[in-house]
Amino acid sequence: MYKRLPEGDDLSVTFDFEGESVSARPGDTVAAAILVSDAGHTRTTPVTGAPRLPYCMMGVCFDCLMEIDGVPNQQACLVEVRDGMRVKRQVGARGVDE
Amino acid sequence: MQSADVIVVGGGIFGSAVGYGLRREGLNVVILDEGDNVLRASRGNFGLVWTQSKGVGVHRYHEWSCESAALYPDFAAELLEYSDIDVAYRGGGGVELLLGDDELEARKQFISNMQKQAAGSIFDCEIIDRQELQKFAPDLTLGEELVGASFSPHDGDVNPLLLLRALHTAFDRRGGRYLTNRRVDSIDHRGSDFTVHTAQGDFTAAKVVLAAGHGAPRLGPMVGLNVPIRPQRGQVLITERARPLFPFAMGSIRQTNEGTVQLGNSKEEVGYDDGTSLDVTRKIATRAVRCFPQLAGVRLVRTWGCIRILTPDMAAIYDESATCPGAYVVTSHSGVTLAAINAAHVARWIAHGEMQPGFEQFSAQRFDVQAAA
Repeated sequence: MYKRLPEGDDLSVTFDFEGESVSARPGDTVAAAILVSDAGHTRTTPVTGAPRLPYCMMGVCFDCLMEIDGVPNQQACLVEVRDGMRVKRQVGARGVDE
Repeated sequence: MQSADVIVVGGGIFGSAVGYGLRREGLNVVILDEGDNVLRASRGNFGLVWTQSKGVGVHRYHEWSCESAALYPDFAAELLEYSDIDVAYRGGGGVELLLGDDELEARKQFISNMQKQAAGSIFDCEIIDRQELQKFAPDLTLGEELVGASFSPHDGDVNPLLLLRALHTAFDRRGGRYLTNRRVDSIDHRGSDFTVHTAQGDFTAAKVVLAAGHGAPRLGPMVGLNVPIRPQRGQVLITERARPLFPFAMGSIRQTNEGTVQLGNSKEEVGYDDGTSLDVTRKIATRAVRCFPQLAGVRLVRTWGCIRILTPDMAAIYDESATCPGAYVVTSHSGVTLAAINAAHVARWIAHGEMQPGFEQFSAQRFDVQAAA
């Protein structure tokens, strides 16, 4: 569904999304990299469990919440990709552990 | 000029519950509300259906709060039927957490005083120790300083925003008229009728009910009513949604049905300033983490300040004007707790003059200063 602009074919960053390897351009946000990789929904809502994708891409809507390197409820549109990052879907509300 | 049987001034939880009850009694009711930019305790409160701290010095008010809590299960079911909105009422008891022996001793003294005041009448609140508290929530990690809690079986909570919406929806579907942006400029009393003036037109009725929160002291004297209330700020902290952690209601830490944890219960004398301050939010957050260390990793997403409506003795005021019969004032800090009884007994008092035993104790005349001999 999403395509990259012609410039920027440097896909040198690799991170893990739910066990799959995703390639991204340095400077991509996690949300953008996952949208362009067509990897399906990025979270389910706490109240109804509906699947969601990033929406506003500017830090406002909180629809892009994901678990990034073990930290739940991260706004994936505000986090830059890093090599070796481990990203998971945020499934419903976060748990509260110590 | 629009006419009705009763005009309710104020569309918060108090006015909406009374207005809904009056409509249920078959009266033609109009609720006149202001806009969004006024002080609205109904939109900033904590959502507790709470009895264990209520009624110091006025035991009838403690009973009144318990009576309302007892009506809540049926009230919530009725609102669901007429509004299709589940207000997420949770009964079964609530606790006030106690950190350290000083708080424990103070709470024991409070309970002892309330039992003396009750003199055999209802005051069901007891201290539970740390082990009993743990039994309520076996998976919860209790902070080291948490020595126990006070527990009342009457206490619980509700989603206050859904409660307000359910009241408005049920009122509307049962034929009430709710009008927003109708700030009341003045009220006249001529013959047996009241005329309520707003910039958007006048309204007339044989009865007028002031449920206008901090707007009521301005309007009361126009119809011979004294409304001695003062503001007190409480700040509220809101966390991101988390999976259910607290399976019961608590006085200053409350997890909503949707997973949000609310922290609060500051008491600040700052007039009508509904802002927030870092020193107070820090104290609230620190105390929450001392109670439950697991909260330290949960992020805050919002804070706000909200202005309580306090009478001099913290009990509700329900009064009819002596000089302008048919004019009423209804007000209290505890709009959520009292919503069920406001829709029932208070509405029947205004509609038919039926008074519950001891109801006259809620008249504002109790604050009239006695002349020195």
